Amino acid sequence: MSIASVRYATLDAGRSYWGLLAVLAGMTLVGLAGFLHLEHEGHWITGMNNQVVWGIPHVFAVFLIVAASGALNVASIASVFGQVTYKPLARLSGLLAAGLLIGGLAILVLDLGRPDRLIVAMTYYNFKSIFAWNIFLYTGLLAVIALYMFVLFQPAFARWTRAAGILALLWRLVLTTGTGAIFGFLVARQGYDAAIMAPLFIIMSFSFGTAVFMLVLTAAGRGSGRVLGDALLFRLKNLLAIFVSAVLYFVLAYHITNLYATEHHGYEAFILNFESLYSKLFWIGQVGFGSLVPLALFYAPRTRTCRISTHVGAGLVILGGLIQMYVIIIGGQAYPLVLFPGMEESSSFYDGVIASYVPSIWEFLLGFTGVAIGLIVVVAGLGALGILPEDLSDPKPAS
Amino acid sequence: MSLDLTRREFLQGAGAAGALTLAPGVFLYAKDPEVPVTDAVRWGLLVDTRLCQEDCDACVEACNEEHNLEDLGRPETDAQWIRKLTVRDPLGGRTISLPMMCQHCENPPCVDVCPTGASFRRIDGIVLVDKHTCIGCRYCMMACPYKARSFIHENLTEQLPHAPRGKGCVESCTMCVHKVDAGENTTACAEACHKDGHQAILFGDLNDPDSEISKRIREFGATQIRADLGLNTGVRYQNL
Repeated sequence: MSIASVRYATLDAGRSYWGLLAVLAGMTLVGLAGFLHLEHEGHWITGMNNQVVWGIPHVFAVFLIVAASGALNVASIASVFGQVTYKPLARLSGLLAAGLLIGGLAILVLDLGRPDRLIVAMTYYNFKSIFAWNIFLYTGLLAVIALYMFVLFQPAFARWTRAAGILALLWRLVLTTGTGAIFGFLVARQGYDAAIMAPLFIIMSFSFGTAVFMLVLTAAGRGSGRVLGDALLFRLKNLLAIFVSAVLYFVLAYHITNLYATEHHGYEAFILNFESLYSKLFWIGQVGFGSLVPLALFYAPRTRTCRISTHVGAGLVILGGLIQMYVIIIGGQAYPLVLFPGMEESSSFYDGVIASYVPSIWEFLLGFTGVAIGLIVVVAGLGALGILPEDLSDPKPAS
Repeated sequence: MSLDLTRREFLQGAGAAGALTLAPGVFLYAKDPEVPVTDAVRWGLLVDTRLCQEDCDACVEACNEEHNLEDLGRPETDAQWIRKLTVRDPLGGRTISLPMMCQHCENPPCVDVCPTGASFRRIDGIVLVDKHTCIGCRYCMMACPYKARSFIHENLTEQLPHAPRGKGCVESCTMCVHKVDAGENTTACAEACHKDGHQAILFGDLNDPDSEISKRIREFGATQIRADLGLNTGVRYQNL
């Protein structure tokens, strides 16, 4: 499939297309109704409290934002590193990244205590805050993606494709660094305050984004009668396997470093000793089903060339990614702040005890709303623009 | 001078005039609102844990009353600006009790992370939240090493003019800034502790070498909680 000969086509806007959009719009409306209820009542109806201040909405939001950055992998490999195989998929890569990012940002905004003050967030900046920088990085990435897509769509600008791709690559690396730094910069929390958060989030983005891309590509292909070639799918799978392994490596480095320092032993026991909920989620969800099982599916001789196994593996990577976010975000808050190292603390404000957190339906609604909004962007984009190549099959060997 | 002066106007007038003598040796200084806050002072609190009684929460009650912090029966989401903390040394079992609140850091992590600048530190050392620009993101609560901040999880009624609060914003100890600016030279917690006869909490100007708080720190020393973080807290503790 040479890039010059690739022909793109919109999805046929048949009944199933509009049906899918209607379902997603319905999910969004239900979520927005939940949001209105939440804003009317206040956050006390959620599981979040003064101990665990960020909950399920943030798990979904950060996952989507990180995955958005990683969804651009294919674009980067195609446009920056010149891999011809991926070039026909660069448009989908850009569109998916934009959709995931918009979905994640929507959740963050809808969860604010004062979402009506979005204009304040856009007009008052404290440039020492990584949060403030991230507002620019997130909205900026949308602009960079728009520029990249424009270049892809305009043959006259084809010579700028690599430059736009490099800009997008650098931007998303900085963005994911900034997202990891939200946690890395928290000096007082036992589970955070670690420079490795930045590169960990970058490699997580590669993994989650590639997994989401694979499933969306397959779904879009199946929904539009295009058959995705084995070679392309398994090439993406091999890439994903490397990223999953790399995430495991960074997680290992993080915990090994913490285990070396006695001051972190309490937190490490909390995550690793298989007693707390977070520890079970870590071992069973993140490491087991989210990493080792996919790796086995991707590499085992009997399953490595099985399409179903590949898709199941990608789905498990996404599930494991959400669980990893849960362990990082919620687990990091549930573990008590240490005000007096070596002492036992107690108070009416839950000092010295593991904070409780029971997610509420309202929080899941916000999370699902973000996913639905992101998918609406993707589905609408696929219907309106020539994003998908007409032919996704493997190239025929030259005769 | 008109007879229907408000208390604030009266205090302002007195402040402009210099000082109002309430009783021999007791002066009331009122800050003229036209005069900016100055870094010539740094307000702070000194807590002597030996004088703090474990079964006493007069400071907490006074703070709740001063700022109308209600007990809504939901301890996980109810706001607490000050709490009594019990600290036990597992080696030997020595137990101390102390009030924990915003430590009014010189380098506050909450101010560093706030995206809109709503978390800010006045140059007289008091760390506050601008309720007009707080968007309720709660990043400051993630960053505070002292768990000093509360998010308002519900609608509030019957708020007090000097302590505006609202659903969806974050708040914490203001070091009774309304009292400080009115020249009362104390906080509700320090006042209550004094009234109860414990005198464990002392308010004063850390920059004034002649202030009682400075003298006591100079004489007996004082400790910062999580001093390793280098935040230079405005609340210091003795006999930890």
